Amino acid sequence: MEYIIIIITAIFVNNIVLSQFLGICPFLGVSGKVETSLGMAGAVTFVMVIATIVTYLLQKYVLDAFGIAFMQTITFILVIAALVQLVEIILKKVSPSLYQALGIFLPLITTNCAVLGVTILAVQKDYNLMESVVFSIATAVGFGLALVIFAGIREHLDMVNIPKGMKGIPIALVVAGLLALAFMGFAGLV
Amino acid sequence: MNQLKNFSKGFFKENPVLVLLLGMCPTLGVTSSAINGLGMGLATTFVLVMSNLVVSLVKSQIPDKVRIPSFIVIIASFVTMVELLMQAYVPSLYEQLGLFIPLIVVNCIVLGRAEAFASKNNVVSSIFDGLGMGLGFAMALTILGGIREMLGSGSIFGFKFIDTEWMLVFVLAPGAFIALGYLIVIINKINKKTT
Repeated sequence: MEYIIIIITAIFVNNIVLSQFLGICPFLGVSGKVETSLGMAGAVTFVMVIATIVTYLLQKYVLDAFGIAFMQTITFILVIAALVQLVEIILKKVSPSLYQALGIFLPLITTNCAVLGVTILAVQKDYNLMESVVFSIATAVGFGLALVIFAGIREHLDMVNIPKGMKGIPIALVVAGLLALAFMGFAGLV
Repeated sequence: MNQLKNFSKGFFKENPVLVLLLGMCPTLGVTSSAINGLGMGLATTFVLVMSNLVVSLVKSQIPDKVRIPSFIVIIASFVTMVELLMQAYVPSLYEQLGLFIPLIVVNCIVLGRAEAFASKNNVVSSIFDGLGMGLGFAMALTILGGIREMLGSGSIFGFKFIDTEWMLVFVLAPGAFIALGYLIVIINKINKKTT
């Protein structure tokens, strides 16, 4: 039951993009096509889950154990940067086409605040290891969901007549606002 | 003259948020009031100036291959400093900004300036560049925070001028996106006229 609450809260109620404002850069950057956004969501999920496990163990057995919790930010960002490098190397070997499609956005996962945000949030919320893993998976799913819905809307936006000054990012932001408004409807769920 | 240009480009022509569209997460996340926006902007300015300073000092010592990780470590050190300082001296603001203070590390503006400017220019130019970019960021955040606070809770910098709950949606998540969208339209319009 506890896990279900964590899952629903992370995907719908506190959606990482639309209500926590983390990971906006890839949200606005790669969401031009549904396909690329699915790839991005997959890569982020992978990095996020592994990063959460590693940082959880580090926090518990190194940072807390030695009383150097203030090193949290530096440690976590280094772990994430190393993981992204690893994913890049693996992806290049296993699926070159996906690697090509993600292009510049793969190294950018390092500076995707959603990943660092989730690892810090999991520590702040005092989750145990299992809860942290569930939380990170659910958050990543929420990220993917927002990305894919938004990409779908933007594919249609290309075909309609938009005032000249609003083209591109401004209309995307307004659409994201309306999407966030829709997601606020989930607020009473938990 | 040249330094003045390094300093002033961050405000309008290359404003990191409104024109270059970098650092969107803190922009949207913390601007529920003008004072939060200003606080976040100044914290980021500090990190930006210090990291630009250090990066431009050590740029010739860092091998090209590991420059990004090295920049991140430099930035993360200053962010940790800001975090501890804010916790000690402005605890209420620290509470309000919460998660977004450690997240200055992954603010694309900071790493972007280190990579694009500080690693190629001398110390003085880098400091001015960091200062200009940081204050431009702070300005954008304060304006956006001010607009959202005015429309959402009918106050500015905490002083109430309308006594009712006005358009509450503007202090909530959707209002952030919508207000920023329209703000960018206005800035684009102004920039087009001046050039």
